[in-house]
Amino acid sequence: MQDLSLFTSWFHNTLLNLLGHEWIAVTLECIIVGVILLLLYAVLALFYIWFERKVCAAFQCRLGPNRVGPWGILQSVADMFKILIKELITLNHVDRLLFAVAPYLVIIASMLAFAVLPWGNGLQIIDFNVGIFFLVAVSSIGVLGILLAGWSSNNKFTLIGALRSGAQMISYELSIGLSIVTIVCLAGTMSIGGIIEQQRDLWFIFSGHIPAIIAFVIYMIAGTAETNRGPFDLPEAESELTAGYHTEYSGIHFGFFYLAEYLNLFIVSGVATLLFFGGWMPFHIPGLDAFNNVMDYIPSVVWFMGKAIFLSFIIIWFKWTFPRLRIDQLLSLEWKYLLPINLFNLALMVAIVAAGWHL
Amino acid sequence: MAIDINEKIQSLCSEAQIETGSILQVTVPESGWHTFASALRNQLGFDFLVTIVGMDWKDSYGCLYYLTNTGDNTHIRIKVIAANRENPTIQSVADLWAIATIYEREVYDFFGIIFINNPDMRRLFLSIDWKGYPLRKDYDMNPELNPISTESERQSDFTNVYTQAADGSIECNQKRIFQPDDFVVNIGPQHPATHGVLRFRTAVDGETIKKIDVYMGYIHRGVEKICEGLTYPQTLHFMDRLDYFSAHPYHHCLCMAIEEAAGITISRRAQVIRVLMDELSRIASHCLFIGTYCMDLGATTMLFYTLRVREQILDIMERTCGARMTFNYDCIGGVMQDLHENFVPDVKALLEILPANIKEYNKIFTGNVIARNRMEGVGILSREDAVSWAVTGPSGRASGWACDVRKTDPYSIYAELDFDEVIRTECDSMARFKVRMDEMQQSARIIEQLIDNIPEGEYCVKVPKVIKLPAGHWFKTVEGCRGTFGIYIESDGTTSPYRLKIAPPCLPLAAVVDHITTGSKIADLITIGGSLDYIVPDMDR
Repeated sequence: MQDLSLFTSWFHNTLLNLLGHEWIAVTLECIIVGVILLLLYAVLALFYIWFERKVCAAFQCRLGPNRVGPWGILQSVADMFKILIKELITLNHVDRLLFAVAPYLVIIASMLAFAVLPWGNGLQIIDFNVGIFFLVAVSSIGVLGILLAGWSSNNKFTLIGALRSGAQMISYELSIGLSIVTIVCLAGTMSIGGIIEQQRDLWFIFSGHIPAIIAFVIYMIAGTAETNRGPFDLPEAESELTAGYHTEYSGIHFGFFYLAEYLNLFIVSGVATLLFFGGWMPFHIPGLDAFNNVMDYIPSVVWFMGKAIFLSFIIIWFKWTFPRLRIDQLLSLEWKYLLPINLFNLALMVAIVAAGWHL
Repeated sequence: MAIDINEKIQSLCSEAQIETGSILQVTVPESGWHTFASALRNQLGFDFLVTIVGMDWKDSYGCLYYLTNTGDNTHIRIKVIAANRENPTIQSVADLWAIATIYEREVYDFFGIIFINNPDMRRLFLSIDWKGYPLRKDYDMNPELNPISTESERQSDFTNVYTQAADGSIECNQKRIFQPDDFVVNIGPQHPATHGVLRFRTAVDGETIKKIDVYMGYIHRGVEKICEGLTYPQTLHFMDRLDYFSAHPYHHCLCMAIEEAAGITISRRAQVIRVLMDELSRIASHCLFIGTYCMDLGATTMLFYTLRVREQILDIMERTCGARMTFNYDCIGGVMQDLHENFVPDVKALLEILPANIKEYNKIFTGNVIARNRMEGVGILSREDAVSWAVTGPSGRASGWACDVRKTDPYSIYAELDFDEVIRTECDSMARFKVRMDEMQQSARIIEQLIDNIPEGEYCVKVPKVIKLPAGHWFKTVEGCRGTFGIYIESDGTTSPYRLKIAPPCLPLAAVVDHITTGSKIADLITIGGSLDYIVPDMDR
């Protein structure tokens, strides 16, 4: 299995030799990584917009974008360019500072989460011992941005959208957190590298018995809710609140919300991949060495992206099939069903781990 | 039976003048009207107020009340003449029939008749500062009186209630629409869920709706006023532009009214073609309802599935009528053109794919647990309320009210056809959804019976070049796609109507929204409004 950390450490040593000082080398690396991350962020968002439009078109017996570039792949590039050159309309009677800060908060939250995603074998920006905890913490900043956006716009629709969003995201964060804790319990570590290493022989979804499967289902439901996507897209329920909390935004500020939504979709799928499907780890079956070796030939980046995109596909599938929930149904689903099941599930997992029944 | 009613009426109101004809007509003096109305409602069982036609007889103003007893399906027409021509007043019957609140507002808007004790005596369609009452015969049409304003329309938080003191003097009291500390959200006129330019001022407490005030008239065109200046054949094309999904049934209604008045009998072929077109448009309309309703609830994909079927129907219509939206197909004496040669095979192809499609809709949406949670038990409208608010059509039938005009007063050839009236008793949004789903199948049944038996003959009989109706009045109702659609024509013997009143099904549908939604969530407003399926140009006219 090719380890990309060979390349990264070679690159680091070369820089060190060339520049002589550790701090200069690290600063330079940080800048390079930052630029790559920004580019990746933009490219991924564009890919996702195109992907969702194509998938949705297929569900709806349409063709989807097919004019700009082959299979319409340049359509979202053109759309993004259009959004970049649009005017940022300054509204009267808004809280200027909060109104301007809100989109950045949302986008920062999803960008920070990128830092700990395991892109491939040895291709992770930081791998520290509370990686998964960091991920949960930074992705919670997003709700702040949404609340501020709704509040500062001085519009009743955005306010209702923001309040809905606040109630929804805070509730569903519990489920996400508990599902993650269930897996952390199984893995015995919060380090992202550690969790992946634990899945070398078998992914957690297979080795974690029933609690892992329950945790996965709950994670997918809560993750969909966390990203404000259908059937949980109440904060921006078009038929009720026009565009919800981002009604008043224009130009690239609106674009930030739009991008963040798609990137959050990727992050949720990426974390699901990490927790349940071994991150970048190829599909291994204990005992079948030949098969495992063949699997290792597929690059780890392909494994990670492939799994993440497949999970995103499932979330997109939800959106284009189900009708939207109502706010009280949404909250009772979380507090009356998911949360108790999740707590019970956690206890079950603890029992299984304590008894050593997991594979 | 008729004599029996006559005696009862005479005993209730000794001053009543009774005329029998195609419909029983009673003229009552204004002073005894409310007592008489209350007896009609409570003792004689006339619980359904079909419409109120405001009238200007030049020497006096007045109203015609069309009432129906939903038990034995008898109709009655009451004529009330306002006491005073300068300041016409009539006692309100809003406490007896809930829908009268809105109907009386409409009459007030166009005729300036003040209804005493109506809890909400504001204009309904026209702007608050409109000068004059347009349907009065002496209305000044000078555009300078009511210039097109570029300013925002003035809006008042108050409404008027007129009361009459014992000495006969009339007093106007102002009443608040919303409380001063209500959080009022403005939904519409440009909003994705209002299905057109309709505006709800919604007072909410968190996510719960406290009160809704409906504003209409954003696309009011004054069709009734325009028709007074047109010849009868010219009035026909407006029928496409009311409920644009029920263009065929509406055309059918006006044609029937004029044909009956002029004594024209149309050929059997034309009858069959008209019914075929009515039922095809009913399927198309319900398809669109299902699609847009699911889209309102967040299931966007369903829209495309239902539009596929509707598209096929529009193609059939396009081949025969030459248009996809404003068909203008039924005409006095029959229909405009003969059927296209491919009509029969096209319709058969449609009938073939329809059951599979309906099955697919049920599979993807009706059984879905989210859809059921959203719709079941949401927006309960009891049968009594449905009758009182005059909620007809599929929405009324979902409340257990057998109000299908095709069954109660069969017109054209419906009496010979074998189909069921779909009635459900759950009274909720899901019932309204399912009624339409089942009605598509019943419409398909009707088409199946007719498609192989289209008789030969002329599609349009010869009618006089200039159509003059004898003096008199006619009221015809048909079952539109959304409910009972009525046309009232009063003729003074010339080539254009003296008064042409359109009684649309969608006005009660929008009026009842406040009654159903109070206490529900904002999201339920979308569910309920969508399930009632009103069309704004129909209520605005």
